[in-house]
Amino acid sequence: MCPLPNTSSPHSSRVSRLVESLPPSGIRKFFDLVIGREDIISLGVGEPDFATPWRICEAAVYAIERGQTSYTSNRGLIAARNAIAEYLQNRFGVEYHPATDLCITVGVSQGIDITLRAIVNPGDEVIVIEPCYVAYRPMALLAGAEVRMLPTYMRDGFQPDLERLESLVTPRTKALILCNPNNPTGTTYNRATLEGIADIVRRHDLIVLSDEVYAELTYESEHVCFPALDGMRERTVLLSGFSKAWAMTGWRLGYIAGPRDIVEMAVKVHQYSMMCAPIMAQYAAIEALKHGRRDVEEMVAAYDERRRVITNGLRAIGLPCILPSGAFYVFPSIAHTGMTSEQFCTELLNQTNVAVVPGNAFGESGEGHVRCAYAASLEQIRTALDRMGDFLGALRPLENHALAR
Amino acid sequence: MMSRTVLQLVRAEGRLSAPEIAERLGITPAEAAAEVKRLHDEKVILGYRGIINPEKTGEDSVLAIIEVKVTPQREVGFDSIARRIYKFPEVRTCYLMSGAYDLLLLVEGESLRQVASFVAEKLATLEHVSSTTTHFLLRKYKEDGLIIHEESETERLAVSA
Ligand SMILES: Cc1ncc(COP(=O)(O)O)c(C=O)c1O
Repeated sequence: MCPLPNTSSPHSSRVSRLVESLPPSGIRKFFDLVIGREDIISLGVGEPDFATPWRICEAAVYAIERGQTSYTSNRGLIAARNAIAEYLQNRFGVEYHPATDLCITVGVSQGIDITLRAIVNPGDEVIVIEPCYVAYRPMALLAGAEVRMLPTYMRDGFQPDLERLESLVTPRTKALILCNPNNPTGTTYNRATLEGIADIVRRHDLIVLSDEVYAELTYESEHVCFPALDGMRERTVLLSGFSKAWAMTGWRLGYIAGPRDIVEMAVKVHQYSMMCAPIMAQYAAIEALKHGRRDVEEMVAAYDERRRVITNGLRAIGLPCILPSGAFYVFPSIAHTGMTSEQFCTELLNQTNVAVVPGNAFGESGEGHVRCAYAASLEQIRTALDRMGDFLGALRPLENHALAR
Repeated sequence: MMSRTVLQLVRAEGRLSAPEIAERLGITPAEAAAEVKRLHDEKVILGYRGIINPEKTGEDSVLAIIEVKVTPQREVGFDSIARRIYKFPEVRTCYLMSGAYDLLLLVEGESLRQVASFVAEKLATLEHVSSTTTHFLLRKYKEDGLIIHEESETERLAVSA
């Protein structure tokens, strides 16, 4: 019998050292704690609580009935690309040629992957603004980039400090990843911030990956699409998809839109690693874009009400937070409890069965915060708030004790 | 993005307290209360009803959809005959329709016989009613936007990115 290779060694050559060195997703770690518990109220979920609108499901069922079960062209069905191009033009005023500037992907997740692989050369640096979605940094590292983090803070409304951003730019900086509206902070970048970023991008000749998967979910002002800013169309790869606004997370469908030279390279990666996105989901997406507006508006109206209820509720139980203007997350500070965000979430879960996500899962500057998703019913939100209030009430004597010492 | 109006919210969800409306729409409780009062005073909101799954009440009432053809009258058109009909408490709903008939009624009774006799004695005998067609309702699948036999929901992961 041949001996098993030593898999426990940190420097085993059996697996990729790069992959091995990536930290496991903080969300995953927390997920393992939650699994198997009953009666959980979860504000930890990064996906809509709505089912996919029926008209969209029905379009996919019809596609299957017609025998539409094959591969599509690598970039996706031309009808779907046409629908996306038309949508981007009408909704955000950005123009993409369906034949050359678009590629339909398996979610924004895959869009991030193929875009980074399409642009990064060894030694290139990518700037990521934190706290942010968990995939950016690992994806950039896997593509061979070095990653520079720009922290943002609640005191600045989680808007990036432009001077600090510029100070991170080196001659090797290749790209900047933006997420607007933001997961996990619920922030939307205001026009001044975006113009400021565009200015830096122009002066240092950077490429922007603009993750706008939450673009439809804004509550206070119209979404500003980054490539619509002056000169940014040619420097930006727009990443978006259907998961959030159309409640289609399980369909795994997104797209990239950008300058044709970059998109062409991304398509090359896509054609070898993915072939194409699932055809039924592409038919569903056509329906979503053509006839799904009212469904989106109804969901947005519900999120809008919930964000006020949860923000008021969190403030009332003593957790400072910014009223989110986009996505479906609110990111309160728990710093005054003296706990780390992981301790807070673990204790909250153990004592009250309410799940929220530790802020440090989204980068170091997320420490001291927790992410609460309001993609849950008002009733669940209110019950969760009550339980969190009791939890915090029970902590208070401890806090006072800590202060007295 | 525009928030819903008080009217849209109440239409979708029924009676809500002023503080609840205020919190959800981002207005003050006084504004919410004033708007609800106005909607009531101006009879924009006529009332509130519960939506019930009839199979769970144990009651055996009978519902019929009745198509009614009428001869419109000079000056008053359909309104006068419609009023004569909708004033009966058995008539839960009464619409004027385009197409092959004129009035569509939803009539409720305790038994088939009761509904049948309402049609035969009250409705069909009215002077301007020229014919009726009665359809008894067998099962409700969806009522005013709510699905009555909803399949179980799929489980989402409790935590995800
Ligand atoms: C900012 C952001 N980008 C991308 C994704 C992944 O989206 P998709 O389902 O399209 O892969 C998420 C999901 O949580 C997200 O929050």
